[in-house]
Amino acid sequence: MTEFDPGFSLPDLDGLLRQFPSGRPSLVCFVKEDCKTCNLAMPVLEAFHRAFGKRADVLLVGQSATGNATLKERHALTMPVLDDGDCSVSFAWDFEVVPAVFWTDGEGKVGTRFEGFVRSEWQALERQIGDALDLGLSEVNWLDYPEWRPGCGSRHLDPEVNERLRATASNNPMRARRIEIASADDEAEFMFDQGFSDGLPLVPPTPERVLRMLAGTKRGAQDIVAVVPPNMAPASVEKVAINAVMAGCRPDYLPVVIAAVEAVCTDEFNIHGVTATTMGAAPVMVVNGPIRHRIGMNMKLSALGAGSRANATIGRAVRLVIRNIGGARPGGVDRSTLSSPLKFTMCFAEWEEGSPWSPLHVERGFQVEDSVVTVFAMTSGPVLIVDQESRGADQIAGSLGLGLEGAILSKIHRMPMDALLVVCPEHIRTLTSEGQYSKDRLRSRIQQVTSRPLREMVANEISGAGIPRAAADKMSHEQLETLAPKFASERNIHIVVAGSEAGKFSAAFHGWVTGPTGSMSVSRKIETS
Amino acid sequence: MTLMILDPTDERVPVERQISKRNGTITGTIGLLDISKPRGNVLLDELERLLVERLPHVKVNRYRKPTFAKPCPDDLRGTIKSECTFLVEALAD
Repeated sequence: MTEFDPGFSLPDLDGLLRQFPSGRPSLVCFVKEDCKTCNLAMPVLEAFHRAFGKRADVLLVGQSATGNATLKERHALTMPVLDDGDCSVSFAWDFEVVPAVFWTDGEGKVGTRFEGFVRSEWQALERQIGDALDLGLSEVNWLDYPEWRPGCGSRHLDPEVNERLRATASNNPMRARRIEIASADDEAEFMFDQGFSDGLPLVPPTPERVLRMLAGTKRGAQDIVAVVPPNMAPASVEKVAINAVMAGCRPDYLPVVIAAVEAVCTDEFNIHGVTATTMGAAPVMVVNGPIRHRIGMNMKLSALGAGSRANATIGRAVRLVIRNIGGARPGGVDRSTLSSPLKFTMCFAEWEEGSPWSPLHVERGFQVEDSVVTVFAMTSGPVLIVDQESRGADQIAGSLGLGLEGAILSKIHRMPMDALLVVCPEHIRTLTSEGQYSKDRLRSRIQQVTSRPLREMVANEISGAGIPRAAADKMSHEQLETLAPKFASERNIHIVVAGSEAGKFSAAFHGWVTGPTGSMSVSRKIETS
Repeated sequence: MTLMILDPTDERVPVERQISKRNGTITGTIGLLDISKPRGNVLLDELERLLVERLPHVKVNRYRKPTFAKPCPDDLRGTIKSECTFLVEALAD
């Protein structure tokens, strides 16, 4: 809460505005109609009004317009009943239980306050007011009242009311421009019209939803997560949260989105180039560590496909950040010739428990208990690699290699380009059927089975791609017989495990230009509580 | 009830409804919609006279909302959409 400002202006049941403070001492009591204890206190307040009303204001502040009218009729009240139906004054006065009683001076400074019904407190208040105003006591017969009755929770603390009040309070952490969508406008259509969407409907990022989303991180709402190309716009945690709401994320996904935004906005990953290339590249995000389980990420059946909210919306949120904050849109900076569904979303978790290897993040230098997101710039995939027949470890490793050979163009080898191989559990079983089979051995096998003599890469009548004819003519026979594996380096081959336990179908994502002039995979640790 | 949302962009572009692109020529049918505010018809009568005079190849249709206080009824909207290439709406008195 910011410094308490007690001032308010609320209408009574006749619609007349009552100001507080009024210059007179005041007894302000917050009530709600369906609270038994409030109803118990009502005759007491009415008696106080009759006894002290000529020298002080006795104000009943009710928390619903219809309830206020009911209270007035039920208890034949003559004191002013003020309408705090939206509970904004209750919120500002910051109490928990009704009835909530405040005795103030003429400037609104609170002298005595209490909540609920403790008879002795109310009696003491009667004496305090009587003495202060130089008046006698009221006509309340205290013996008619119980010694103690608990009050009820104030309506401003009801979750849906409180969320709205916090979102609109002057000290709310949100600073983004507020856009009012006219009642005649359909909010989904409006957001399409504004260009906020990737082509699919969005969840409207209301202040309440964004506030809820911000609760998913300990970072301050105005902390800058990254500067997002191509507009080089600073992305605050709040702006990331807004896009996460639109994508459909739950608040506990937000730390993953933040880490992924940090990762793609590094110079190494080069999201500008990834976005702009006519090849149509996009980030593929792999999540490792305990957070996979905590937020319910899918790493098994259908891990790379539809159906998992976490997988789908985390990836989508990152895309929306790049689109909306970075300003990268198809036809603008995004010049993809065909583009790819990867540009909607592609995020999944590694099934570490189903893997015989160190998880991806451990391989990249993190602790096993860390939660980490790794981003790869990929142009296509998942491309299926089918082998239902191989029973030997080297055989299945060989098939995985042959499956990767088609990346970009099967003819082209020694490519300085990453690939992300997702090995399914059944292929893992075959791979390890004869004992340990390390990732490095698999990488070597991939390079081995994809090695072809350079002469097969020379431009010919079937395909003009590859080594130009003129260059080939200058090469010796030995040079042309030199074997070239698919990838320039084994380091270009990244391997994770995911998928259901049934089915001999692995998959690969094919990369973009890998290296300092293109994109390099980046890992970022995810904030966890 | 209006709905409040937070801007997901970097806020360098004003949020507003954009007007349709103009192609510089007027052909087809121009609808003139009187929202039934007083003297809207005077403005539209004069506009119709000028349009007929200057654009003899263009057809002009007149329409009228039942009341200016409420949105245009769907049927009338549909009629205008199916019959007109352009629409001029006289908004106020």
